[in-house]
Amino acid sequence: MSNVKYTVAVIGGGVIGGMISRELTRYGVKIVILEKGNDVALGASKANSGIVHGGYDPEPNTLKAKLNTLGVEKLFKAASELNVPIKRNGSLVCAFSEEEKAHLDLLYKRGFENGITALEIIDGDKARELEENLSESVVAALWVKNAGIVCPYELTVASIGNAMDNGAELITDFEVVGINKDGVFEIVSADGRKVFADYVVNCAGAYSGKIASLVGDDSIEIIPRAGEYLLLDKAEGGRVKHTIFQVPTKDGKGILVSPTVDGNLLTGPTASVVASPDNKETTADGMNKVNTLALKSVPTVNFRNVITSFTGVRASNKGGDFVIGESAACKNFINVAAIDSPGLTCCVSIAEYVMDVLKGVGLKLELSADFNGTRNDPHFFRKMNDDEKNDFIKSNPTYGRIVCRCEGISEGEMRYAVKTNPPASDLDGVKRRTRAGMGRCQGGFCSPTVMKLIAEERGIGKEQVTKNGGGSYIVTEKL
Amino acid sequence: MAAAVAAFDSGITDVVIIDREKEVGGILRQCIHNGFGLHKLGRELTGPEYANHYKLEVEKRGITVYADTTVLSVTPDKVVTATNTSGILKLQAKAVILAMGCRERSRGALNIPGTRPSGVFSAGCAQKLINCEGYSVGKRVVILGSGDIGLIMARRMSLEGAKVEAVCEIMPYSGGLTRNIVQCLEDYGIPLYLSTTVAEIHGNERLTGVTIAEVDDRRQVKPETKRYIPCDTLLLSVGLIPENELTRGAGIGMDPITGGAVVDENRMTDVSGIFACGNVLQVHDLVDYVSDEAEIAGKGAASYVKGLDKAENRVKAVAGNGVRYVLPQRVNTRGGDTDIFLRVTAPFGKVKFTVKSGDNVIATAIKLRATPGEMEKITLKADKLRTANGDIRVDLEEM
Amino acid sequence: MERNLTCILCPRGCTLNVTVDGDNVFVTGNSCPRGRYYGEEEVVAPKRTVTSIVRVSNRDDVMVSVKTETPVAKADIFTVMEEIRKASVTAPVRVGDVILTDVCGSNIIATKNID
Repeated sequence: MSNVKYTVAVIGGGVIGGMISRELTRYGVKIVILEKGNDVALGASKANSGIVHGGYDPEPNTLKAKLNTLGVEKLFKAASELNVPIKRNGSLVCAFSEEEKAHLDLLYKRGFENGITALEIIDGDKARELEENLSESVVAALWVKNAGIVCPYELTVASIGNAMDNGAELITDFEVVGINKDGVFEIVSADGRKVFADYVVNCAGAYSGKIASLVGDDSIEIIPRAGEYLLLDKAEGGRVKHTIFQVPTKDGKGILVSPTVDGNLLTGPTASVVASPDNKETTADGMNKVNTLALKSVPTVNFRNVITSFTGVRASNKGGDFVIGESAACKNFINVAAIDSPGLTCCVSIAEYVMDVLKGVGLKLELSADFNGTRNDPHFFRKMNDDEKNDFIKSNPTYGRIVCRCEGISEGEMRYAVKTNPPASDLDGVKRRTRAGMGRCQGGFCSPTVMKLIAEERGIGKEQVTKNGGGSYIVTEKL
Repeated sequence: MAAAVAAFDSGITDVVIIDREKEVGGILRQCIHNGFGLHKLGRELTGPEYANHYKLEVEKRGITVYADTTVLSVTPDKVVTATNTSGILKLQAKAVILAMGCRERSRGALNIPGTRPSGVFSAGCAQKLINCEGYSVGKRVVILGSGDIGLIMARRMSLEGAKVEAVCEIMPYSGGLTRNIVQCLEDYGIPLYLSTTVAEIHGNERLTGVTIAEVDDRRQVKPETKRYIPCDTLLLSVGLIPENELTRGAGIGMDPITGGAVVDENRMTDVSGIFACGNVLQVHDLVDYVSDEAEIAGKGAASYVKGLDKAENRVKAVAGNGVRYVLPQRVNTRGGDTDIFLRVTAPFGKVKFTVKSGDNVIATAIKLRATPGEMEKITLKADKLRTANGDIRVDLEEM
Repeated sequence: MERNLTCILCPRGCTLNVTVDGDNVFVTGNSCPRGRYYGEEEVVAPKRTVTSIVRVSNRDDVMVSVKTETPVAKADIFTVMEEIRKASVTAPVRVGDVILTDVCGSNIIATKNID
């Protein structure tokens, strides 16, 4: 590794790093993705609302507005090439008073200026026609017809997997602590490994300010904002069809209630500035707030069906817009920073924009004939009918053995996740790729078996299998 | 297995058992402690021995077992679809007995604030890792929930050399059997804190500690009582939930209190020919009663297949004062002696249960004490049951 | 001396009142004769059945569950555990197979079949 020089080093294995990497391999660029964690999608890409935003929210003439408007359809296209479930379910921004209703007009106008036409303001009754469980106190709503939902970590895994299938290299557990430049960049990890590259793309999410400062660029100040979520059982998944937003008030942006592409119900997020991006705690207050405010929109949500709670940390900044471009302090060092909402929606348009930036600083980009933008569907098995499954099991017996009973995931699908780019290395990695352990029992039954499969596939002992890398071991020793 | 044996012995010999594990016996295989079988078999056995007893009975009768096979669906017309390493299996049955057991409530269902490190296990998951696979899960342990699995695991972890710092119970009383508090906690000097919960979970990779705190009578944390306990393992034993995904898939009517199907005295659900028994029907505290219930279902299914059960003369059985639920929820007034099982709403001293149909008393029973953790049984005599002239209701009266 | 105990022999968990008067032990509150023996024994020389696991050396990560064939002195529980921990067996193992003989007065026997 140390002797290999890459054309581009992408720092950060989130959805932005993933989509940028995938674009770079489209042009056959020799790249490496450097990820601090032991898996991809461990930051904001793991824990966010999973919303494809319509584009009415960003202030006109900002980078966010431009990339959001461009990004929606590009994301739908990429997700379909990558076989990532995405759904255009539409969203409703709900107003609970005349004052809030006036705000809908503002959003509508803003959307119009941003070039979004799939918008309509409807009254409360029409909104309840679209969503029968919507609160009686909704007086009007902005119906955003082009909005959708997507699974953010699946999108990340798929984009990085596809980049790897096209030649990108992924190095995990590579926490960048130093960047030296002597003609080429020398990137040093916490454990002393080195990687060399002509260009660096900094998409380290909440840590992008820290990474930029390694090349003397102190212009990026990330304000980590934590958002708490409650995820509910599939029994609640049909509570709403659209993503239900609330008109932002002086107390915050409101709490959304949304189906997920996997059929669960997601509620959240809160928004509180935290000291460090590592503050991923959930709090009693935060969970209460999500619960209370979600019920304001959809009073019938049954919070006894919560299956898990989590906190995501968004990489916000003071300016409020994305920061994308070559660093003023360092040539050939491209910042892609402060990518908070609607960052997920914009991941493809950002990646294409970054290609233009790289071209602008002299990187030659020519489409590669070898690039294949389609990723095999990792969920091919669950989509088969019984006859097809029966035939497939005959030659692949492990697909017939269900390990995760709650989500119905077979041993074969789990082994596939440990073997396919980017390979899952721990319980959470298998969970994000297959949903094993994501159901009602939260891994209570299947985790011992999943541990065994990971240990077998990776040729390690069960003591070495972790929940999510580092010191997150599960069993300590043989008795 | 008990249901299959009972059905077989009632003359229906074309019986198959489908089980997702490689070995039959279910959760008993990891319950290596003793205390099973005193009521049912007259001897004290460990879980694996109790399971083995039934395995031998199944083998003796030559009943087919599809092990390592997971049922994917059951339809109202009793087509069972299952999968194993040979492929997808479809069986048309005349009767189906659901005996899928229960699962543990997870951390998510409790909404405990804090981080999400490793080292937080459901008690049963830790039990499997230790007892079946032979791995230690941690050295310093806090247990949330004083149900029997939590208590048993407190002892088990102590025996394997771990230090169990505390067992916390959010309720003002333990949900476990008194004998388990004696032999699992008192024997090992493990403190049990009642009206206490885990308020926060700490640690970014592995668990580093928990904050415990007392709760008020609305089960809200009292902030001034918060106390940090360093530990690397948190076991959750916070309740069991009947695992009824297949039941719901078959469109079977459910009882929101038991979390299981609504059944009649033969344990037949409201879908004709589909029966349920054991922890999938109601969470039991004794396996002996699980076996009893399985036998009722097995016999009931056999009668159904033979066309003997016409499902007539059923009245509803409902819970009255002080009673959380009763099971079965429908009773045949023209049948034989019928046992009604129930749980009370709170711990009581001496109580009298009265079973009435209107003003007509069908049965009474006096118990020296009654707690929600222990299932009560009241026998309704056939001749009294015949006098029922409508729905029957069970009330509790403190004495 | 007078003690109140909970009988642990069966899940009923009777509350026993045990009075020791010289060599005489009186038990009340029991619902069955076993409860009386338990009460007498618990105040004089308490005993417990110990259950644990033994590694099956020729099977990967497979443990056989074991128990003391008869209850052992409560004070000996950890001595018994130490002996059990040192043991290993080779499959096949049948329920009832003696794994260790005379550990603190009891054999250690298998409670599970391992094929």
